[in-house]
Formats: sequence, C-alpha cells, structure tokens
Amino acid sequence: MDTLPEIRKSVQLGYSEKVAEHTMQAIDGAVDAQRILDEGLIAGMTLVGEQFKAHEIFLPDVLMAAKAMHTGLDLLQPLLVKEGIPPQGKVVIGTVQGDLHDIGKNLVGIMLKGAGFEVIDLGNDVTPERFLEAAAEHEANVIGMSALLTTTMPAMKKVVELNKRGKPAQVFKVIIGGAPVSESFAREIGADAYGFDAASAVDRVKDLICED
Amino acid sequence: MNELLNVTAEQVLPDVAAVLAGQGVPPGTGVAEDVSAAGKTSLELLKKHAVPAGIVRPVARDVFAEIYRGEGRNEPHTPVGDIFPRGENLALFAVTLGDRVGQIIKELFGSNDFALGAMLDSAASVAADRLAELAERYFADALAGAGKLAPGSAVLRYSPGYCGWHITGQEKLFEHLEPGKIGVSLNESHLMQPLKSVSGVIISGPAEIHDFCNTYPLCGACKTGECRRRIRGLLAK
Repeated sequence: MDTLPEIRKSVQLGYSEKVAEHTMQAIDGAVDAQRILDEGLIAGMTLVGEQFKAHEIFLPDVLMAAKAMHTGLDLLQPLLVKEGIPPQGKVVIGTVQGDLHDIGKNLVGIMLKGAGFEVIDLGNDVTPERFLEAAAEHEANVIGMSALLTTTMPAMKKVVELNKRGKPAQVFKVIIGGAPVSESFAREIGADAYGFDAASAVDRVKDLICED
Repeated sequence: MNELLNVTAEQVLPDVAAVLAGQGVPPGTGVAEDVSAAGKTSLELLKKHAVPAGIVRPVARDVFAEIYRGEGRNEPHTPVGDIFPRGENLALFAVTLGDRVGQIIKELFGSNDFALGAMLDSAASVAADRLAELAERYFADALAGAGKLAPGSAVLRYSPGYCGWHITGQEKLFEHLEPGKIGVSLNESHLMQPLKSVSGVIISGPAEIHDFCNTYPLCGACKTGECRRRIRGLLAK
C-alpha cells in the first residue's frame, strides 16, 4: 500500500493516530524522508490550507489537522535531521513589544510549520532589537510580527526601520499581521508583506522566500 | 456599595456556539464531532480553572477627567472624551478570570493541542467580556437602588487601548482603582496581567450620550466597528 496518500488524507481529516500509524509504516518501509514530508505531511496541510481559504472548513478543522501533522512530523524529525534535509525556510515570529496577545501569532507559526518552515517563536512582548538579533542568529529568511492593539502597531515600524539600517546581508524580509493591521499600514511602514490571516501569511512568506 | 464583585465561573460561561463563533464558525454551521467535543472540553476547562473576580469603584467626573488625561497620549478627539463630561455617574472597574486559564492555554499549545487551546482562548475572551458586562450591570443596579438612574438612562463601559484612549491611561486608572485587590497588575507596557482581564470606566447618563458615529479621525484605522454593535445593543434595551 502506498502510505503517502494515506498520510495526506489522515492529515486532512485531522486523524492524529492514523497519521502516526501511516508515517511509521512509511518510515519502516524505507520511504524517503523528504517524500514523507513533502508528499505526505506538507501536501496534507496544503490541502487543508486550500480548503480553509475556500471557506470549506473552519479554523478548528485546520488546527485539528495541524495537530495530526505535528504527530507525524515528530516521528519524522530524527530522520530529517539525520539526512540533513533543510526546511523550506526559516521564519522568526513574535508579538511586538507591548503586546501580550499571542494566539494569532501561534496560529501563523502552526501553519508555517505545517508548510515545512522552521519557525523560531520569540513569544510576546518582543523588543525590536530582539527580532533582529534572533533573525541574524538563526539566519532567518523572514521576520513575522503580530499585534492586536492599535497602540502597539508603531513597534512594527520600529523593527522595519532598524532592519533597513542593517548590513545588506542582515536585512530580512518582513511580514506583519494582526487584527488592527492592514495592507495599507504594511505599505506605509515599509513592510514587505501583510498576512490577512494565518493561511494567507503562509502564502506571503512563500512569495517572500521566492523573491529572496 | 461593596466594591468587590462576587461572581462564579458558571455565571460567565459562554455556550459552545459562542466559542465556535470566536473561531470563525458561523452560527448554525454543522461541525465535525471532534470539533464540537473540543468546544465542550474548552468550557469544562474554563469552568474548572477560571477564578472570576471584579472591582467597581465610583469616581467623580473631575477625578476621572484627570485619570482620562493619563500621560497625555490620547487622540485629540475621542468618543470617551466627548461622552464622560455628559455622564451623570461614573465608576472605574477591572475584572479578571485569574491567571490559571492563560497557563492552561499555553500548555495546550505547547502539547500541540492547538484546537483546544484556541477554543479555550476564545471561550475565555467571551467570558471576560461577560464578566465586564456583569460589572456594568452591578454598577447600574447600585445606581438604580440609590435612585440615581433616571428613566431613559443607559450605562456603558469603555476601556483604555480602544477608540483613542491610549493604553498608557491604564496607569492612572490603576492608581485610583487598586485592582491588585483582585490580583490584576500592569506590566511595563501597561498591559494587564492576567491577560484575560478587562478594565475601564462605566458611564451612566442619558442613552443618547453613548450614541456616537464612527466618524472620528481615529475610526479610519478601525477594522471592527465593534462600537456600533454595542451602541445598537444599548439602544435596543
């Protein structure tokens, strides 16, 4: 039996136990780890993302699928490390200084991991300097910032300004999001992209990395 | 009037539909069994771990004017700035669900139980808002009991961090309210801890003082239009 479609389907349906079972079968059957990741787990989450964007399913369904995906990913991780398979890219994320609301940021992190990115989550109330230090330290491709309060949005501008003052090799792409944030605000402060929701944030990050 | 609210978790628990609505699921939409089960579990967790508490303290209008001025960082023209001078009775308030709920949410996300964590977060947000509504009602009842609520009066709450009342306004509000009594404090960024807390001012007066149009300069950046929903709800009472 080809286990990859089974993994995809089980991720899509949010069946964690089935994902674990089929992922183990694939590993035991010596299926290439990169294929298990790309054609099984990530492909399953991609379908989920498409369904979410088409309003066919809702956030809880996506999160159930993400849990299932992570179950498989945890089993696969040692193989990925052993075989030196790189992530799709690295993204440093956090909620900006002054803001403690991190659910939205967490959702973006979950979706990014589901799409095969390595996510460095700095948590909430993150200073502008910390965003840039972490991005440099982890050689990230993208910095993702979230804010829930209008009063904390100026902190995003600060990060963008500090980033642009950096050495060329240490200037990172920046994506912003959060309830009060808009596309026009992103343009106004010079951010590279705006994520309307977690699913679109993943698409924008992919675009930014392709431009990189 | 006793300043401290006596509230149980049951009094502020939302229903599963409200939790799902917080997750973007429209009312009446059929959901998978495991999603519905997670919604119910989130409410059980909230009931078990929420420790609701609240404090309401009447404040004179001139004292509130000083509190509202805060650190001078409000927008120049705001709804609260126009409403409170016409208010008849004002009270400061703070409510909280306690810090355990926030810890449980973090733990759920840490163990990859994302759906349950997000649902508990939604449930707690709705519950905190209901708790603030109870504080508002508590003040209204106290006014009515003292014969200070004239016919046609309406009571509505406003919070720093919204509608041009700068978040730094929390500092003066906290100085006067002392919500440490219910375990709420401010961090360096003027945000409340525990996170699932609400603070602000409750203003009573003729209903029309609360009926403002969302045409203030600051309204252009607002994506929620939440004020209109609240005003409609108030005027419908």
